[in-house]
Amino acid sequence: MSAGHPLEMDSLYGDYPLDRAFDEMREAAGMVRPHYRALAETLARLPEDELQRRKQSADLAFLTQGITFTVYGRDEGTERIFPYDLLPRLVTSTEWDRIERGLTQRITALNLFLRDIYSDAKILNDRVIPSELVYSCKHYRRPMRGLQVPRNVYIAVVGSDLLRLNNGEFVVLEDNLRVPSGVSYMLTNRRVMKRTFPQLFSSYGVRPIEHYPQLLLATLRSLAPEGRPEPNIVLLTPGVFNSAYFEHTFLARQMGIDLVEGRDLVTHDNIVYMRTTDGLKRVDVIYRRVDDDFSDPLVFRADSSLGCAGLFNAYRAGNVTVTNAFGTGLADDKAVYAYVPQMIRYYMNEDAILPNVETYLLGDEKQRRHVLANLEKLVVKAVGESGGYGMLIGPHSTAKQREDFTRQIEANPRNYIAQPTLDFSRAPCLIGNHLEPRHVDLRPYILFGDKVNIVPGGLTRVALEKGSLVVNSSQGGGSKDTWILEDETTLA
Amino acid sequence: MLSRVADSLYWMSRYLERAENTVRQLDVTMTLMLDPGAASERERWQRLVAALGKPAGLDWNGNLEAMAHKLVFDNLNHAAVTFCVNGARENARQVREEISTEQWQRLNRLYHQIHSPQTEAQFTSSIGDALASIIDGIHLFTGVSNSTMIHGHGWQFIRLGRNLERAYATATMLEVYQPEIFHPQEHEYEGHQYLELVGLLRCCTSFEAYCQVYTADVSPARILEFLLLNRDFPHAIRYCVDSMRDVIESIQRTGGRRPPVELVSGVGRLHAMLDYTTIGEILHGDTSAFLHNIREQCLRIHELIYRYYVHYSIQSALAS
Repeated sequence: MSAGHPLEMDSLYGDYPLDRAFDEMREAAGMVRPHYRALAETLARLPEDELQRRKQSADLAFLTQGITFTVYGRDEGTERIFPYDLLPRLVTSTEWDRIERGLTQRITALNLFLRDIYSDAKILNDRVIPSELVYSCKHYRRPMRGLQVPRNVYIAVVGSDLLRLNNGEFVVLEDNLRVPSGVSYMLTNRRVMKRTFPQLFSSYGVRPIEHYPQLLLATLRSLAPEGRPEPNIVLLTPGVFNSAYFEHTFLARQMGIDLVEGRDLVTHDNIVYMRTTDGLKRVDVIYRRVDDDFSDPLVFRADSSLGCAGLFNAYRAGNVTVTNAFGTGLADDKAVYAYVPQMIRYYMNEDAILPNVETYLLGDEKQRRHVLANLEKLVVKAVGESGGYGMLIGPHSTAKQREDFTRQIEANPRNYIAQPTLDFSRAPCLIGNHLEPRHVDLRPYILFGDKVNIVPGGLTRVALEKGSLVVNSSQGGGSKDTWILEDETTLA
Repeated sequence: MLSRVADSLYWMSRYLERAENTVRQLDVTMTLMLDPGAASERERWQRLVAALGKPAGLDWNGNLEAMAHKLVFDNLNHAAVTFCVNGARENARQVREEISTEQWQRLNRLYHQIHSPQTEAQFTSSIGDALASIIDGIHLFTGVSNSTMIHGHGWQFIRLGRNLERAYATATMLEVYQPEIFHPQEHEYEGHQYLELVGLLRCCTSFEAYCQVYTADVSPARILEFLLLNRDFPHAIRYCVDSMRDVIESIQRTGGRRPPVELVSGVGRLHAMLDYTTIGEILHGDTSAFLHNIREQCLRIHELIYRYYVHYSIQSALAS
């Protein structure tokens, strides 16, 4: 009997509705999609408690490897293991090929946009994007104007969030161009999965991602200031209280570079040094995991002690590379996002390979009226926020929440955008002893040095709560390993 | 290596050494109290507190169990074992990328162990076992540090912290015990005197090592000679100072700049003092002053390490 026959799997499924949302594993009629068949067969063959046993052993692996994130607001035991799902999310090579081309195009255009805005602002003069929209963005950094950035790369490390819609097509929900995080979970998920499902993994022919730290290091090295053939590269962290501190230590260790805090750095004559037991040592490249605002009290927030006084001047003088550059948050502003397809057309004369999600700009009166009349159907987001904060999900909202948002939108329309509530795709997750579908997104990690480099994979984030559309880890989301398959012809 | 990282490793190590020393002295003191002897519980407790460097908040209140509990579990008291373990873990947490995963896991396990309800329960039912398991945890960490970490600058700072803390603590303890062991009270039984002397050795986990060198013939002069001047025993002050000198030399050898004359000569002076003094000279002279001098020199070395490796002035560093 064919492994794809739905009856054979019935005992595996828990509450498994198949409706409008795209299901990553099953077609509308319940048949398992071809590339998921080997996974489904393996699961169906496992003895009753075997999945739970593997889940426990994977749990233990996460815990002992110290793969944790910090929960704010507790005195003791502030580390939790990052919630994850045991089953991999599979992406075919055809799908991945399109994602890769689409992201390469998009990141190239976004970088050109940043370069343009911080030099001649041609795109504004040509009225492709309204100037007011750009200059009113709270992440626009005026000190960056006219500053020569090494190799003209503003965004060396990017994570873009993709969703898959009903028709099976991937769209870009947002770009993270400031300090995207989560890549350590992508790498550790893979490490644990290889131990949990070794045979399945090898039978699938999954493209490797383990070289990411090496690629990141090469990217950082390629951006070093001229005349520094052996650059001293460091990772700048806000410190042990940051929720991504685990990731900072992980990446520093994997790359073999020093993990520095602002208090380790001093500047003198526009050169950045770090204090070592061997005296002051010059720093050439800073992979910055501290927000703009906190990076240099002389230029940005004066009350911050997380950064280093004088850093920006050293950067301006070209003596140190800081990446990502300052002011890149401009291009991931959720209102500016609406114009990315226009940017791609303007700078590259191409059509966007990966479409945007339809977005209403509330600064526009006509669009605002439409949105306010349809709040219960839409998702409203504050433009400069991330991590799932400052959001209204219309269909799940109360009248009171909608009233509050209406007031906030009317007070500051530029600060909000609205999008339709998306029925994005669901993937099977292990809930108890059964498979149930949960909404997932996909965050691939893009590196931009000599050229654009994307490791084939990413972090699949899961809204672990039933029916939930929020995948952010700060809001009850988890993650899955993402397998980009080498060649689907072998899967028949 | 980053100064901040060196500082964290140094203090991680000092805190653990301090915790171990406190646990062992407490264990020995409580064991000695089982034999009535001449000294009262109160006197012994005061001697213990003095030997730990007279930390505040540990005045005798007549209830030994409560006092012991405080010395181990009072997170707010800087001398408490939990305070030291917390401090060590906090320092380690800030240099996660420097230490090995095994080290972190070991220390983390010790931390969770000491804060677990089981340890508190065990403390009430069999205090000796509870204390022994804390020491086990610290020993495991030291072993893992030695076997899983590159023996580079970071490891040297760990070693420096341990040896400096140990030399200082041992000198403090000997200074407190020294008048009593040479002038036992008249009416004390010989057996009790023996227990006292062995207790002193046990405080430095050195009874067996002592026997290998001198046989079980314990005498105050020999104990002092062993704990002060032995070259080969890791808890003897001379061994600790040897190690400190070795660390400074090794950091100098692998680093780019020479330590200042002050630091080299500071460690060298203490080293020479122990190298070229016989126990006879120490006993005929002012023994207390000699021990006190060792402590002073340790403090001075700590200051110089700080001034040179951690909190140096940026101006002078730029000039060199």
